[in-house]
Amino acid sequence: MATAIETVREVTASEYKYGFTTPVEEERFPPGLNEDVVRRLSERKGEPAWLTEWRLAAFRRWQQMEMPDWQKVKFPPIDFQAISYFAAPKQKVRPKSLDEIDPEIRRTYDKLGIPIREQEILAGVAVDYVFDSVSVATTFKKKLEELGIIFCSISEAVREHPELVRKYLGSVVPPGDNFFAALNSAVFSDGSFVYVPKGVRCPMELSTYFRINAAGTGQFERTLIIADEGSYVSYLEGCTAPMRDEHQLHAAVVELIALDDAEIKYSTVQNWYPGDKEGRGGIYNFVTKRGLCRGRRSKISWTQVETGSAITWKYPSCILQGDDSVGEFYSVAVTNHHQQADTGTKMIHIGKRTRSRIVSKGIAAGRSDNTYRGLVRVLKSAEGARNHTQCDSLLIGEHCGAHTIPYIEVANRSARCEHEATTSKISEDQLFYCRQRGISEEDAVALIVNGFCREVMNELPMEFAVEAKKLLGISLEGSVG
Amino acid sequence: MTALLEIENLHARVDGKPILKGVSLSIAPGEVHAIMGPNGSGKSTLAFVLAGHEAYEVTDGSIRFGDEDLLAMEPEERAHAGLFLAMQYPVEIPGVGNLYFLRQALNAVRKARGLEEISAAEFLRKAREEARRLGIGEELLKRDLNVGFSGGEKKRNEILQMALLEPRLAVLDETDSGLDIDALRVVAEGVNRMRSPERGFLVITHYQRLLEYIVPDVVHVMVDGRIRRTGGPELARELEARGYEAFVGRLAA
Repeated sequence: MATAIETVREVTASEYKYGFTTPVEEERFPPGLNEDVVRRLSERKGEPAWLTEWRLAAFRRWQQMEMPDWQKVKFPPIDFQAISYFAAPKQKVRPKSLDEIDPEIRRTYDKLGIPIREQEILAGVAVDYVFDSVSVATTFKKKLEELGIIFCSISEAVREHPELVRKYLGSVVPPGDNFFAALNSAVFSDGSFVYVPKGVRCPMELSTYFRINAAGTGQFERTLIIADEGSYVSYLEGCTAPMRDEHQLHAAVVELIALDDAEIKYSTVQNWYPGDKEGRGGIYNFVTKRGLCRGRRSKISWTQVETGSAITWKYPSCILQGDDSVGEFYSVAVTNHHQQADTGTKMIHIGKRTRSRIVSKGIAAGRSDNTYRGLVRVLKSAEGARNHTQCDSLLIGEHCGAHTIPYIEVANRSARCEHEATTSKISEDQLFYCRQRGISEEDAVALIVNGFCREVMNELPMEFAVEAKKLLGISLEGSVG
Repeated sequence: MTALLEIENLHARVDGKPILKGVSLSIAPGEVHAIMGPNGSGKSTLAFVLAGHEAYEVTDGSIRFGDEDLLAMEPEERAHAGLFLAMQYPVEIPGVGNLYFLRQALNAVRKARGLEEISAAEFLRKAREEARRLGIGEELLKRDLNVGFSGGEKKRNEILQMALLEPRLAVLDETDSGLDIDALRVVAEGVNRMRSPERGFLVITHYQRLLEYIVPDVVHVMVDGRIRRTGGPELARELEARGYEAFVGRLAA
């Protein structure tokens, strides 16, 4: 029987709508990495000596480290000497007001649907715009300052709030944590910094929009978010890149710290260029994201919708140190064509009565491979810890793979861990039913997939949920034929 | 006058096995036709062929829907042109709300017909009104599409979709199966409300019972992939009284 979902249709790469390049004059380092490059980078950014030393120490650690090989994803060796570690649009000084931003850069963000301005669609969202290696703008700063909230690029934080940066940088993801974290610690160029003071509930979503523009570069951003006692912040991250034949490396580090009774909600809609249908080009998205629930009753919640990148390889994690702290991980990972994803989370239960919840939805189409890998570790101290894990996989077509690899390590008898997993396929009958009601095949796939992911989508802030829904549909265009 | 649906010498097979072996049938606007027949006679196959299910391969014959060649159209194009199939086994779609699905379908059809999207308020008003008439509670409208619905609830829900999508031709595939008498009456009333001089119905059923509530203009008896006899409503009663066995035997003789 000729099945509707057997043949995977030819698709042109033009479906990636964010694949354009911005013609902006740039300053960049020649390719290559050594101690001199690290020093120059630090100097170029006008950093204090302690940070230069911190970077150098990380670089030396990195040199001793080997690329990990336990992952399911496959890629040829990366030549770290072929990458340029700093690229920035040329501008003498950082613009003082939003009106002074290079019109080309402004147009870029307009085209991406996130115009740099403090009005209309983005009312209620403060955005930090990171273009290649540098932050080009941050909106709503004044309004946030009135509440004592610091939201700026990490470079600016190093200058303006060195005591906070020094105290927390690397406190959750130490420079020697892993190969890519060490590399990032040595060469991170920019990223966002957030500090929410005691008892303040941040009244708007804070957002960073990452854009890789220049060829032959990598993006190594660093994000640090600190929620002081009893505070709350919701943070969104979005990413896109131009279409290029080469693979580009994105090795970010994100650290979250929640003190007593604080809550951080971190949402990602990742749409880096995934490569073309033959698997040429695309971003290697190798990111270390970790949150520390340091305080009692603190809560960190990761929500991610991963549709882009040639390879997504990351495990946003929570260290549940404070008693009664809560960690959550909601994930949708979509892979199509030759994309690969090896993603999941780690929940480390240290404090008493700590709770974690994992909901992972993996969708594989084309010839892609989609792996959930997750660790739930309950330490001896974590009396009464609870975990619930749910991993669902949806397959579209005959040539893709879904894999679930859970690790559960429990050292306390009173702990309770539950793991549920399902694998299903979009059935021909479901597609036919939708089409009989007038819904096109592609819309039907999007509808069914969105239904499959609903639990996760519900966790996204409103501003992102709509975009994420559309993205799911676009990513799977041409997955049935 | 142009027929709404004109089937000529239709042959179709499933998994290489011939099921329809030369079906011809013509429905004029405003008419209700019933197809009766024993299990395996090809009734449901005809319904799926009309709707364009890919598992059913047409090997010969033609189908015209108004002025259009139905067999050249994709399933969704057939829906846009006004063909609706109330299915015997409506599928479940987890995570997709019943009302949400209905609105997506309605807007897809409206868009294809050059109409504007229906406003949320207008849609809700219409859907709730129709649901009330069909005895569908608010709770069922909010649930995931067909997930955990009883057989009767699924069938009512099909009729709700039909009412909102306002097809030119509605094909009802064994809509009566699994319904108790009260549900049957409600569903039949839903269909009868929609009868109009422009709209046609093709009611597929195993039993005469449904046809007491939806009185057809024409009854066809299908046996082994062919229409063996065509008559008025009295043909259905004759079948009921004598059974398919005698009928098939006599015809086969």
